[in-house]
Amino acid sequence: MPTAKELRASGAAPLVEMKNISIAFGGVKAVDDVSVDLYPGEVVGLLGHNGAGKSTLIKVLSGAYQKDEGEIFIDGKKVEIENPRDARANNIETIYQTLALADNLDAASNLFLGREMITPFGLVNDAAMEAECRKIMGRLNPNFQKFNEPVSALSGGQRQSVAIARTVYFNARILIMDEPTAALGPHETQMVADLIQELKAQGIGIFLIDHDVHSVMELCDRASVMKNGKLVGTVDIEDVTDDDLLSMIILGKNPTESADA
Amino acid sequence: MTDTTDQPIPKKTDGNLLQKLELDVRLLGMIGALIILCIGFNIFTDGRFLTPRNIFNLTIQTVSVAIMACGMVFVIVNRHIDLSVGALLATCSAVMAMMQTQILPNMMGLGLGHPMIWILAVGAGLLVGTLIGAIQGWMIGYLTIPAFIVTLGGFLVWRNVAWYLTNGQTIGPLDRTFLTFGGTNGTLGTTWSWVFAAIVCAGALWALWSARRAKATHGFPVKPIWAEMTLSAVVVGAIIAFIALLNSYTIPTRRLERMFEARGEVMPEGLVVGYGLPVSVLILIVVAIVLTVVAKRTRFGRYIFATGGNPDAAELSGINTRRLTVKIFALMGFLCALSAVVASARLANHSNDIGTLDELRVIAAAVIGGTALAGGFGTIYGAIIGALIMQSLQSGMAMVGVDAPFQNIVVGTVLVLAVYIDIVYRKRVGAK
Repeated sequence: MPTAKELRASGAAPLVEMKNISIAFGGVKAVDDVSVDLYPGEVVGLLGHNGAGKSTLIKVLSGAYQKDEGEIFIDGKKVEIENPRDARANNIETIYQTLALADNLDAASNLFLGREMITPFGLVNDAAMEAECRKIMGRLNPNFQKFNEPVSALSGGQRQSVAIARTVYFNARILIMDEPTAALGPHETQMVADLIQELKAQGIGIFLIDHDVHSVMELCDRASVMKNGKLVGTVDIEDVTDDDLLSMIILGKNPTESADA
Repeated sequence: MTDTTDQPIPKKTDGNLLQKLELDVRLLGMIGALIILCIGFNIFTDGRFLTPRNIFNLTIQTVSVAIMACGMVFVIVNRHIDLSVGALLATCSAVMAMMQTQILPNMMGLGLGHPMIWILAVGAGLLVGTLIGAIQGWMIGYLTIPAFIVTLGGFLVWRNVAWYLTNGQTIGPLDRTFLTFGGTNGTLGTTWSWVFAAIVCAGALWALWSARRAKATHGFPVKPIWAEMTLSAVVVGAIIAFIALLNSYTIPTRRLERMFEARGEVMPEGLVVGYGLPVSVLILIVVAIVLTVVAKRTRFGRYIFATGGNPDAAELSGINTRRLTVKIFALMGFLCALSAVVASARLANHSNDIGTLDELRVIAAAVIGGTALAGGFGTIYGAIIGALIMQSLQSGMAMVGVDAPFQNIVVGTVLVLAVYIDIVYRKRVGAK
């Protein structure tokens, strides 16, 4: 399988291309004419301060917000994503910063929320879902035992693994992770990092939103930096240093441009 | 910050008897409260409270509120409220009363007593109730007007639509077949009551057994077999005891004589006939079973609870929460209409004040039954027990001879106290 970089060089259509996206809330342009793309097996970091517009941009892709202008292409084909259901239909899965889990339901119910397994009578098949949930959790987080308790009883890391299990189980092709390690301890952060490598190897494209430059340097292939709703630039991680990324975030200066100057 | 590796793997504890039986402690608490209440009133009324006759009356008085309370559980679990149920009941009752006394016999020319009358009247009532509920749900879900406001408006609108439809008059007498749904005028009789008991017992045993088998096939831990047997015995025993009690309330001899006379027969000397299960209670049991299955085993029910637990998560999981709201309120409207059938048939006419204050009784029943106003938690059986507790309190105090103002003072206090106890209990067990 060609690497993401080779695919990009060959001029193949990207897995996702968001072109000239703009979205405004009450006159404030939260995202202003931003274009980003993503190839299979690639991790693209989205960096920026709080309020830089990175989360807003990505919510356009996950269907939580509707764009005002711009186009989205998947495999080179134009798609309309108007709600989270459309996003799911395009194999886009999202892990939210706030962990979109229903606290009063157990892990299996959350894993299958919106896509329950049903019996031939059309009833929800809890036993089968719990069995599947045990299987996938055994792979992702072998210590996980609380299958019959509401997820409100789980720790941050356990909740995160439920959220991740959801994307892995349903064979996402495009994965959006909104600060997936923000609430986690070191061991769990490593678990997420390992998982990202595994998903990459399977050819899944990942948008990783983070404001920690170091984790982006470690996990990503490319990084797109935003400031005040505008795209500062997209760089190959191999070509830049921590400091370059930081100056892009803080000063809004693109290192390649400054080199040309 | 927590770390999964530090999480102790919970051991499969042996636990005490309750844990082995896997019983719901809150359910036991509510049943315990109901039993204490009944025994207390029985002592104060010199044994008149726990007679077959009083229990029969108590059940048929509870049905109307209990049916609506089942729907209110879904509404409240989904983080909404419905203040219009009593008024909606009145409108449905008015529609059905007008259908069977004016529109169908006179305007449509079916003639009084035509066998189609009750079917068409009930059908029209259910349709109107569902439609009004759906419209209110649409305003809440799609126009995003708060449920409190929409149903507060509905409370005024539907109460007075009912008034307008009937000119404020009491409409009656209602169709004779229709009255079967009221209680005393429509019971299954002893034989059919036992048949019904057998069916319910078989269904309960099948449900317990198939749940066990589903767990076993996936290799999950199951209860010890003796616990399963004990639970089955308790369930079957309770069903049989309930039916035996209703069967032991016999039809008064005078009334029985009149029933035979009406058929042109002579009553055999010394005949004793039990009432058996009232049709209205049968309806409540069916509603309770169906809605429990809906809550626990259907996507619709799962989505109601998920939305109540975290509306954003539900929406992001691809659940159409707006359409869900419409469906929930349509169901609530349907159940109001069903309650209207039972309530007006019990009174044998439609009166202008039917269902007055029912919205508060229904909400109180659901809340006493453990439905959390913050959403996400609630059970159908809890709401029914809540309705039974309310009705027992009310009629028990009336029998003891408590003054009317004090009755309402006590009911109001009990409502607040019950919710407080529930909050303390939840904190103790660490549930949210």
